[in-house]
Formats: sequence, structure tokens, C-alpha cells
Amino acid sequence: MIAVIEPGLRSALQDAGRFGYRRIGVPASGAADAAALRAANLLVGNAPGAACIETTLRGPTLRFAEDALVALTGAPLAARIDSDGPLPHAAPFFVRAGATLTLGGAARGLRGCVAVAGGFAAPAPLGSRSVYAPAGLGRPLAAGDVLSLGAPSASAQRLLRRLREGAGDAAWAAAGWRAAADLAGPAGSAAGGAPVRVRVVPGRELVLFAPASREALFAGAYAVTPQADRMGCRLRGEPLLLAQPLELVSEAVAPGTVQVPPDGQPIVLLADCQTTGGYPRIAHVAAVDLPLVAQAPPGSRLAFEPIGMEEADRLHARRERDFALLAAALEARMRQ
Amino acid sequence: MAKITPRDGEQACEREPAPELFPLGDTAVTIRFATAIGDAASRRVRALDAYLLSRPLPGMIEAVPAYAALTVFYDPPAVRAFAAAAAVAGLAAERGGGEYRRRTAADTIGALLLEAAAASMECGISAAGAVLREVEIPVCYGGAFGPDLAEVAAHCGLSADDVVRLHTEAAYTVDMIGFVPGFPYMSGLPPALAAPRRETPRAAVPAGAVGIGGAQTGVYPLATPGGWQLIGRTPLRLFRPEHNQPSLLAPGDRVRFAAIGEAAFAELARREEQAAHASTDRLAGGTAP
Repeated sequence: MIAVIEPGLRSALQDAGRFGYRRIGVPASGAADAAALRAANLLVGNAPGAACIETTLRGPTLRFAEDALVALTGAPLAARIDSDGPLPHAAPFFVRAGATLTLGGAARGLRGCVAVAGGFAAPAPLGSRSVYAPAGLGRPLAAGDVLSLGAPSASAQRLLRRLREGAGDAAWAAAGWRAAADLAGPAGSAAGGAPVRVRVVPGRELVLFAPASREALFAGAYAVTPQADRMGCRLRGEPLLLAQPLELVSEAVAPGTVQVPPDGQPIVLLADCQTTGGYPRIAHVAAVDLPLVAQAPPGSRLAFEPIGMEEADRLHARRERDFALLAAALEARMRQ
Repeated sequence: MAKITPRDGEQACEREPAPELFPLGDTAVTIRFATAIGDAASRRVRALDAYLLSRPLPGMIEAVPAYAALTVFYDPPAVRAFAAAAAVAGLAAERGGGEYRRRTAADTIGALLLEAAAASMECGISAAGAVLREVEIPVCYGGAFGPDLAEVAAHCGLSADDVVRLHTEAAYTVDMIGFVPGFPYMSGLPPALAAPRRETPRAAVPAGAVGIGGAQTGVYPLATPGGWQLIGRTPLRLFRPEHNQPSLLAPGDRVRFAAIGEAAFAELARREEQAAHASTDRLAGGTAP
């Protein structure tokens, strides 16, 4: 069991998502940075879509009532055990029963991911542990919450025992290896930093935008505004205007959809986005680059780069191979 | 509250325009039957949706029906695996000359979707087994329950009683569910009741609020910001996460509103709250979120 001493900002359980209910308006939810979730779970021997704690800006303080194997991915948070640290990013570490894990702010990126071997044994309304509080599907962490853990996999148990033996009297001990940064953490979105390249495929209404707006979308950078949450990342930059006014019939939208309301300022939809919408879709973020948007803090900038559907498919296939390799490599290390 | 009646089975095979396909990013494809809201397109969406529920496409995660289009979300690796296997097995030649080994997963899903759309519209299939639900939604109109009733009445040049009478006499059809969990997009509002949205949306509209926005009427399932004129409120919960069918309404449902008084509202609200509390306990599982 893990006790929540201090919840951080909007920390909540998220898994791979809630599927099959978009038809009745329930968003898919799930970790905003799906790659971070997958990497974190693999690092502690969990199924790739198991529930983790997703943090925003600043992480929670957690007291462990039992020995555990933990991994942190996504935005790298300042992390300590009791007063000792820093803890490694994207590497599994052992936490002794009675120790307190304190997760602070993110040096870059926006959302951290905390995986614990065995996963969290929380209820799964409509088939998922992903918190979507507006509809009463779970709620964010609160001080005093107690989180039950599931049983770690055999290989995770082996690694946990090995790390505990090597820890001596210490409250924690890390494995000497980590996952590659491109899978487990954002490439480097920081407020005020260089724009992050985000690859997009064309949206259906792209051709209906004024030629100058089509150029502007790919020419300049768009700044992330403070109005960015799990529903969508609102951007500000050169306004994107339709060549002619357009009335669209509402239909499905998806995480990654770049929609443009009448004010011309684009919004990249994220995990908790509404299921249907009627704004023109100028582009869609390639699935492999959506984590970069989810990790873009207010004040950082995005530079969109157009790619074709074939290229998007190729990138997706390569990402799948990378994760398969990571899973195999981790399994081998855990079994040592 | 919801009674089931068989759908009238006489539905002629019509000539329809060919549907169009659009990728919605690299993990979903939309098939669009029309560019405007209409009965024919809506019927085709519902037929295809029913077909896909019983015969999901390879690699399909879920389908989202809308007014005139349906979107299939898919898992690209699973679709690629299907395309490769189909090519090896010569399925392409077998199934109507369809070629599944496409350049992209979206092309593969698109081809399968066109086939499914055609199959779902074969004469008789769409009507067979389909049922029509009629749902009555009790509404307490006016006062604190519908703070904009007087304004709507003034805009429409009617009395408040006339607004309520017209609103409860009409039969509505649920065209789609979207926006937020359980929110019904409904057609059938009498033109005399059309009223513009509020200039400044409310920051919080209570759950159950019944509103008019332009030529549409609807019910807010959850407390959300909202710009529609509020004429009443229902004690029914439109979204019930503990239920087998979490959304009270589904596309194709016929809806009627029935006027109730404050006492009936209070009694129904009490019963709904009990059900909600039972569900919250179960969903929250004690102290864990």
C-alpha cells in the first residue's frame, strides 16, 4: 500500500485508456503521454497499459507501506527518498517499506509518470482506471488516499529482491541501467526554449484554409498558452483563417486533432478531449509525436512539420519495434 | 420510462450517394455519407454502426457514430498484420477483388469500411432486428429550474405556458451522443421555439438542465459550462457510470418531454441520488480514487 501524504497538482491514475464508450460521449482518457506510460510500466515489469500516477507540473509525496519497485518517466521530476536523492529517471529503483518518495517540479516537460510494480488495484469503472473526474469516473489523488498495489510480475519480484539485497541499510537502490530517453522522456520541451518539432498529417479541412494560413501553420512556431489541460493544448500564434466561412456537421474528433475555432488560434486535442466536434480540422499530430504536445508546458513553442500518411505509418511501426526491443531487453535484465 | 417497440420494417432500398473516406489522423478513419444532417444519412450511419458492433473490422478499437458520418478508431499494428496476412492468404482476390495490402493502415481500414457500409445497407439488413426506443424525460419547467423560460417566451412571442406546451407536445429524435458523456444531440424542436444562445455562456449549468440553443434542444448530463437558454431541468441522470448502458439515451431513440411539478421533481431527484450514491461507493471503492 502507498499513502498519499500530499497529492501534488492534479495527480491522478491513468492507464492506456477507456475504449468502447466514445459512442456515448465518454472520452478515451488514458495517460496524456502514452509513451511515458508504456515505458514506465515496462521498466517495472507491468503490462504496458497498467495504471500509473500521472503528475502535472509538480508531483505528489507518497509513503510506502511495503517494499516496492518504482520507475519515473515522462517529465523528469526532482525526486527524493526521505532526504536522499536525486533518484534516476527512466530506471527502476527499489523503495523500502516505510520510506517516503517526494516528487517535486519538472525541469522540462509537463507530465510525469509514476509506475509501481504490480500496478494500482483501484476500481476500473467502464473498464479503465483512467480518471475522468467530470463524469464521476474516479477522481484525482487527495491527501490521505491509500492506494493498494497488485502483485508484481515474477521478473519484477526477482529484480526487487536483487536491488534490496544490494541496498544494505539504504531506503532505496536503483538498477544501473535505464530506458532510452526518446521512449521514456520528452526530447526537451521547456518554457522559453527552442520550438519542439511536431509532425502532423493533413486534416480534412486543411485545403479550405486561406493559402497564407496554410503557409503560416508550417512556417512559424505556436506558443503553448496557460489554457492547456488534458482536454486540449491551446496555442497562440499567427491566426489560421478559412478561405470561406464554413458550417460543419459535428462528427468524431480524436486526441491529436488540431482544430481551429473562429478566432483562428489552434487547439491540439489531448486524451480527455470531447468525442465530437464541429470546428475545422487543419491537421492531426502523428501518434508518435503526440507525447511531445502532452509534455509542452505553457510558454514553450511547437513547430508543425507536415508528413504524409505513409511516413506516419512508418514512424508508428518503428516506434512499435523500439518498444518491443525495450521490452525484450528489460525482461532479459530483470531475469539476470 | 423506456419502452421498446419494433421499428416499422418498410424501408425501401434507395439510391444513395457514394460515401467518402477521410483519415482522422493516423489512428482513425471517418466515413461520411452526407455533408448535411438528414434522415437518409442518419439511417446509413446507424445501419453501419449496428453492422460493426456485430462484425468489428480487423484491428478496430471502436466506432463513433455521428449525424452523417461514422469514425472507426484502429490499432495500426493490428491492421498492418491483417493486411499482410490477407495478402498471403489471397483474401484480396476472394473478397470481391478488394485489395487489402494498401499503402497505409488507413487505406486498409477505409477499404474494409466501404465494404461494411455496402453490406450494412443491403435491402432489409438495416431494418432487421432494429428496435425503436421511446424515452420520456420528466422536466420541471421555469422558475429556478428554467431561469431563461421567460426570455425564450419573449423572444418567440409566446407565453411561458405556450413554450412548455410546444416543448412537451413535440417528438424528438436522438441523432447522436457526443460533446460530454451522455449528451444527446436531438432534432425535432418546433421552429416556433428556436431561440439564440446566450451572449455570455454560463460558467456552470447544472446537471439535468434542459436548454434551447438555436434550432436544437438538449439536456446537459453533467454540470458543465453552457451557452443554451435553460427552460427547465430533469431529475433524471443522463449519464450513469454504474449502469450496463451508462447513457440513458442512444442514437435513434425517440424522446418526449413531460412537464412535472416541484414535488415530483424532488421525489424523482431523491431516487436518482440514491442510485448515484450507491454507484459512487462502488466506483470509488473506499478511499482509493
